[in-house]
Amino acid sequence: MRFLRQSLTVAAKDLRSELRSKEALNASLAFALVILLLFSFAFDPTAETTREISGGLLWLVFAFAGTLILNRSFARELANDCLEALVASPIPASALFLGKALANLVLLVAVELVSLPVFGVFYNVRWTPHFLPLLGVLVLATWGVAVIGTMFSALTVNLRLRELMLPVLVYPMIIPALMAAMQLTTVLLAGEPVAGDNWLWVRLLVAFDLIFTALALALVETVLLG
Amino acid sequence: MRRMILYGMTALGALWLTRNLYVILLALPDEVAQGAIYRIFFFHLPAWFTCFAAFFAAGVASLLYLIRKSPGYDAFALAAVEVGVAFTAIGLVTGMVWARIIWGIWWTWDPRLTWAFITLLVYLGYLMLRRAIDEAAARAKNSAVLCIFAFTSVVITYKAIDWWRTQHPGAVLSFRTGGGTIDPAMESMLFQNWFALLLVAAALVLIRMRQEQIEREVDALRRRAHAL
Amino acid sequence: MATLAAENLWKYYGDLPALREVSFSVSGGVCLALLGRNGAGKTTLLKLLAGLAQPAKGRVTILGRSPRDAAARARLGVLGHGIAVYDELSAIENLTLFGRLYGLAAPRRAALEWLERTGLGHVRDSLVREFSRGMRQRLALARALLHNPDVLLLDEPFTALDDRAIAVLQLLLRDALAAGRTIVMSTHQLREALELATHVALLVRGRLAHFGERSAEMLADPGWLYRRYGEA
Repeated sequence: MRFLRQSLTVAAKDLRSELRSKEALNASLAFALVILLLFSFAFDPTAETTREISGGLLWLVFAFAGTLILNRSFARELANDCLEALVASPIPASALFLGKALANLVLLVAVELVSLPVFGVFYNVRWTPHFLPLLGVLVLATWGVAVIGTMFSALTVNLRLRELMLPVLVYPMIIPALMAAMQLTTVLLAGEPVAGDNWLWVRLLVAFDLIFTALALALVETVLLG
Repeated sequence: MRRMILYGMTALGALWLTRNLYVILLALPDEVAQGAIYRIFFFHLPAWFTCFAAFFAAGVASLLYLIRKSPGYDAFALAAVEVGVAFTAIGLVTGMVWARIIWGIWWTWDPRLTWAFITLLVYLGYLMLRRAIDEAAARAKNSAVLCIFAFTSVVITYKAIDWWRTQHPGAVLSFRTGGGTIDPAMESMLFQNWFALLLVAAALVLIRMRQEQIEREVDALRRRAHAL
Repeated sequence: MATLAAENLWKYYGDLPALREVSFSVSGGVCLALLGRNGAGKTTLLKLLAGLAQPAKGRVTILGRSPRDAAARARLGVLGHGIAVYDELSAIENLTLFGRLYGLAAPRRAALEWLERTGLGHVRDSLVREFSRGMRQRLALARALLHNPDVLLLDEPFTALDDRAIAVLQLLLRDALAAGRTIVMSTHQLREALELATHVALLVRGRLAHFGERSAEMLADPGWLYRRYGEA
């Protein structure tokens, strides 16, 4: 499908750009590691209670480190007025958005997959059992964050205080996805499969993703046109 | 004509509220379990309804703005969000006062209080975004998109928090007082106060909306004057 | 059917009109020089023509369609103030990217061809961040012309170009005109623009004060039009 191909062209361009400089990626990873370190002072890594909040801790790390990547999303187009050329090209604005959101998903998941073993080591948490479901939760929840983050990156691209506004706008909106991710991650890190009541959270994630993806695809053109 | 309606609404709302206050504070008896503080409930619950109604109206106005591009919708959306935020704050404060009296603590992660706090942050973000964009058309367009996202978010968040709090019992207490055995006089007062508050809210929205429109006109005139 | 037509365009920034009742049309082989003081609305008009912004009233048609139509945008080449190429990608990567976005059948081949035509073939694998200013501008030109657009919209293309870039630009624009393309360019560089132009338009505070063929007086004395409308 042409739409998908156009989105993938944009995604590939974003990823190639980012991998050349690795600015946002390195900053995000460094930030994630620093936060993990700081949390080890805030919470006793060996205590049983910490296990109970392991999912929460992990997703806080991901949420904070993620904004560094999300911010770059549309901001990278400002340098030489590239955004204008992209919007003027025949690809629909929704394809531009989807491509960027996909690139953000890849970058965010990459940071998460690097942080996970570090987290496992620092907090003595075994993340390898149930890895596939864990990966599933990572991707589902991160997609929700990527959609909101990319959309708001488009909304705030021309603002002076962009770096401040983006987290302020994004964090409250992604709370349902974060809650679901935290709950599911805690369960999976404790070595248990997703069962019973917890399927509710999976359904929430899916609904969150579907609703906001549809909303973003519908509204992004309005945001990008003058 | 419009002004007459506005004055009428405000007067009616104010009078009704005053009468309600009298009834609430003096005429109704104390509630069995909670004592006198339960009276705050008559403002707390309607505040929620009103703020939700305001945010819903703002969402609809934002959608209409994106379709029709008429600045009146944008002014309405802004006014409705501001009034909604005010009533969210009322809900939060009344909830906190109630919690302090009943449980001895200022805050609890009760579902509705948590939701209210998140909603407050979401719409404060909306107000921040508006402040950050100088040009009127871009401001209207972008904040309209944000408003639609915001309302979707608060609906989803409400459900999610409900589930979260039921899964994590602890300070899970809700305002479903007694559940079913509510005194008819109290129930009637609840609705009456809600309608009175809605009237006041609607009046505030209209006043604020007019103020926003005038501000835009003055701004434009000022810029035109500079250009000359 | 006119290649490009503007009908009763109005555009507001806030409550201030940036463009008022702008109407004109041009066909193939026309090069329209868009003149006007800063703030007259040239960039705004070009944005509307390119479909980057929407008019408050009126409409733009490109080859009979709205500029938001994908089919119209595929025939449109846009060169704004910025060069619109990525610093961290190489010349060939940039052009191949835009070739793909414009749906070209052989994006890499077109990219190579245009790199040659703009004299950048020897640096095709170098990153744009290493280019000189003139090279960047030539690459921007290549990007705008890559898909052989029928209509070219250029916002002050001669500004701050070095001599080589000016020569390349003039050559490419002449070729395009000879091939029957339509060009609309805003400019302050009156001499270079008027040499190419077949038609001239003047925007004064958002209104189209003058629209017509280029006359001998304009060519001989570029400031003539401005003075005639009290804009000198």
